[in-house]
Amino acid sequence: MTERSSHSEIFDVAVIGAGVVGCAVFREFVLAGARTIILERDADFLNGASKGNSGLLHTGFDAQPGTLEAKCVSDGYRAYCEIHKRLNLPLRKTGAIVIAWTDDEAGNLLAIVERARANGAEARPVSAAEIRSEVPALNDSAKAGVRVPGESVIDPWSAPLAYLLQGIANGGAAWREAEVAEGRLCEAIWSLKTGAGRTVKASVVINCAGNYGDLVEAIARPSPFRIRPRKGQFVVFDKSAAALAGPILLPVPNERTKGVVVSQTAFGNLIVGPTAEDQDERRLATVEDSALAALVAEGRRILPALARHGVTAVYAGLRPATQFKDYQIEALQKERWISVGGIRSTGLTGCLGIARHVRELYEERFGELPRPRSVKWTPVPNLAEDRPRAYQQNNRSEIVCHCELVTAAEIEAAFEDPLPVATLGGLRRRTRCMMGRCQGFYCTRRIAEIAAGRIRELPQAAAVSRKDA
Amino acid sequence: MRPVVIIGAGPAGLTAARVLRDNGIRDVLVLERAAAGGGLPRHCGHPGFGLFDFRRVWTGPAYAQRLIEAARGVEIMANATVTRIKPKGRIEIAAQAGLGTIEARAILIATGIREAPRSARLVSGARPWGVTTTGAFQDMVYVGAMRPFSRPIIVGTELVSFSAILTARHAGIHVLAMIEEGDRIVARRPLDLASRALLGVPILTRTRLLRINGLDRVESVEIERDGARSMLACDGVIFTGQFRPEAALVEASPLTVDERTGGPAIDSAWRCSDPHYFAAGNVLRPVEHSGWVAREGKSAAHAILKALDGGLEDIDSATTLSVEGALRYAYPQRLLWDRGGITIFSRAARAHRGVLRLTAAGETLAMRRVSALPERRLSLTVPGERLRGKRDAVIRLD
Repeated sequence: MTERSSHSEIFDVAVIGAGVVGCAVFREFVLAGARTIILERDADFLNGASKGNSGLLHTGFDAQPGTLEAKCVSDGYRAYCEIHKRLNLPLRKTGAIVIAWTDDEAGNLLAIVERARANGAEARPVSAAEIRSEVPALNDSAKAGVRVPGESVIDPWSAPLAYLLQGIANGGAAWREAEVAEGRLCEAIWSLKTGAGRTVKASVVINCAGNYGDLVEAIARPSPFRIRPRKGQFVVFDKSAAALAGPILLPVPNERTKGVVVSQTAFGNLIVGPTAEDQDERRLATVEDSALAALVAEGRRILPALARHGVTAVYAGLRPATQFKDYQIEALQKERWISVGGIRSTGLTGCLGIARHVRELYEERFGELPRPRSVKWTPVPNLAEDRPRAYQQNNRSEIVCHCELVTAAEIEAAFEDPLPVATLGGLRRRTRCMMGRCQGFYCTRRIAEIAAGRIRELPQAAAVSRKDA
Repeated sequence: MRPVVIIGAGPAGLTAARVLRDNGIRDVLVLERAAAGGGLPRHCGHPGFGLFDFRRVWTGPAYAQRLIEAARGVEIMANATVTRIKPKGRIEIAAQAGLGTIEARAILIATGIREAPRSARLVSGARPWGVTTTGAFQDMVYVGAMRPFSRPIIVGTELVSFSAILTARHAGIHVLAMIEEGDRIVARRPLDLASRALLGVPILTRTRLLRINGLDRVESVEIERDGARSMLACDGVIFTGQFRPEAALVEASPLTVDERTGGPAIDSAWRCSDPHYFAAGNVLRPVEHSGWVAREGKSAAHAILKALDGGLEDIDSATTLSVEGALRYAYPQRLLWDRGGITIFSRAARAHRGVLRLTAAGETLAMRRVSALPERRLSLTVPGERLRGKRDAVIRLD
């Protein structure tokens, strides 16, 4: 059931927002047997907070013990490990090392180990010599560290795509360009008016609207949380740099931020980021030359040999931070509404745990769900570098993007039902095309030809008379 | 085992293929990752190609076709991507039929060049559609018959930047301005007047691009000129030049990379640090015109012929060159003692008048006065025998 589904149907659940959290919640409810629809304001899903993160699967070792975030991250981590193979999603357990660069920071390491244990995550102190032998390229002024073996690298876009597609394959409905402008609860049924003039009826609404969470919350009640987006900028280095860091390199966190991380990506690059900058703007995450230069400098401080490697890409994401530290998840019985807000920076890991938690809240308040007998699994195409890729197959189609080795067939497949890609950003995230070091120098024209008018931004052929060419 | 495999069917690779064929080498294989050979000239629809190597003037696509025709009889495998360079002349490829390993007595790396995209320049702002490079722009206009935007600005004033103006003109695209951070354009002087007088594009020197605005498409840019900031409404930004070798394969290989050129380090017989590998063309350094690149392909082919006969000098009988002063880079990076006259090519980092000098152990081996510009190739020739026994030499511009 996709965008063509009947408008008069009353859904059990309407999920507002198709970011990582919305997609995971959608999947959870569909698989639990609820008639579920997910509504996304943008032309493509994953177009807000979820498009710019660090692509890490966290153990939750550094979460505040006892918080909802700690529980959801820990549950989400386990859930991802359980399902990733059936959805063909990558999981590289690179492990992480929290590195103390000063004696003060070294003094905090024991507390980090204790906190990890309280969170049920494996962690142990490591000496400067051990760190050096594991990461020979590291700046030699590291004092000591904590090794966290479970920290992992995943594909931040294919995972939520897989959740969304599995939900659709099992009967869920997904609408895009369906911004919920207003809603009315009448006789225990919500009528949600979407931007396109279509109305959705559902018995319970789940607000997963990310950076718009407080605005959507206002449909049900004065929002108890206020979103102040926190921007995180990242620098992606060329694949030649990836080998400099085996494990994920983390700083000792402070009160406000986890600090700048150096990590491999699932696609074989090395990223340095994020920054943490509060802003009012909810939609646009700009990059700033001074911040990027500072990230490059920080990367080179941590790994001096990084000076020999080029920058592939830069990006910025907005995390939906609130005045609270913990997730803001609450089920309102009377309002027939569940708020899932303030998922600031651990959403990619936490989403599957959040989804389960939300489903349990739902069942407590609104009754048991039926649980269908069989579940369809929908593996997604692999984009991770350490696992088989389409370009390696016999009799493949042409390679269109040479930096990321993306084939024409993969690009064509992104336009297929049930979730045809609609934006250039969506196409890039779904296929990796134009994401490499040349950023479209070699492939833009060919990709525009294959897209043939199906991506708004890309130009179409025949605008320039061929006889001149 | 193949005698010779060439990676890249651009001007350097195809010219080398032709020369090898003409000298009786059979079974040369050219691997090209794109759907057709010809290299970057295929994307450049205006005239200016062929003069140096064919004594004729063609458009890029016509020149590319000439190169392919001239190499007739040599097997060109298109749609074949080399994924790994391994020691001793073994490469892994992802061909259309499937994965494979190829072994050759000599492998020529001629993978060419690309421009620095916006990301590598760390430019502030949003990241909308409409931000591109000259290469992608020309490919869209000349090959794809597309008009990606109608009122762009051009960032940079290298030779290729003026090529972007011609491309825009061809497509009926109105370039609003060309901006340059320096006091003068980088390309040689007459182009400045030409673009003002003939092409109607204002050139703003001492002007920096501060940020790009726009949600889905470019809407405007913010620029700074002599300290004053202003907004310019436009729908595209073409980043031109700042070329760099397309050397990701080399970076991921055991071959030595020269950090200054960004390409593989070679000796004066075009050999990489592993003697099974040779390199020629723009992968060696940014950037030379296609005719020059073709000439390098020819010269590398002759070195390969000699290597196949076992007649090439010992790779260790060479002086290692280092670069100092106002120079940005110099190559070849290793100078073989048995080669008659060796010409060292270099480029200055900035406009500079002074003395270009090669020294070893305090002794000046060659020198000349130069008036250097960053776009101008500098050369200095030294008799190979004067280097004999010297492990290190320095080339510097003072």
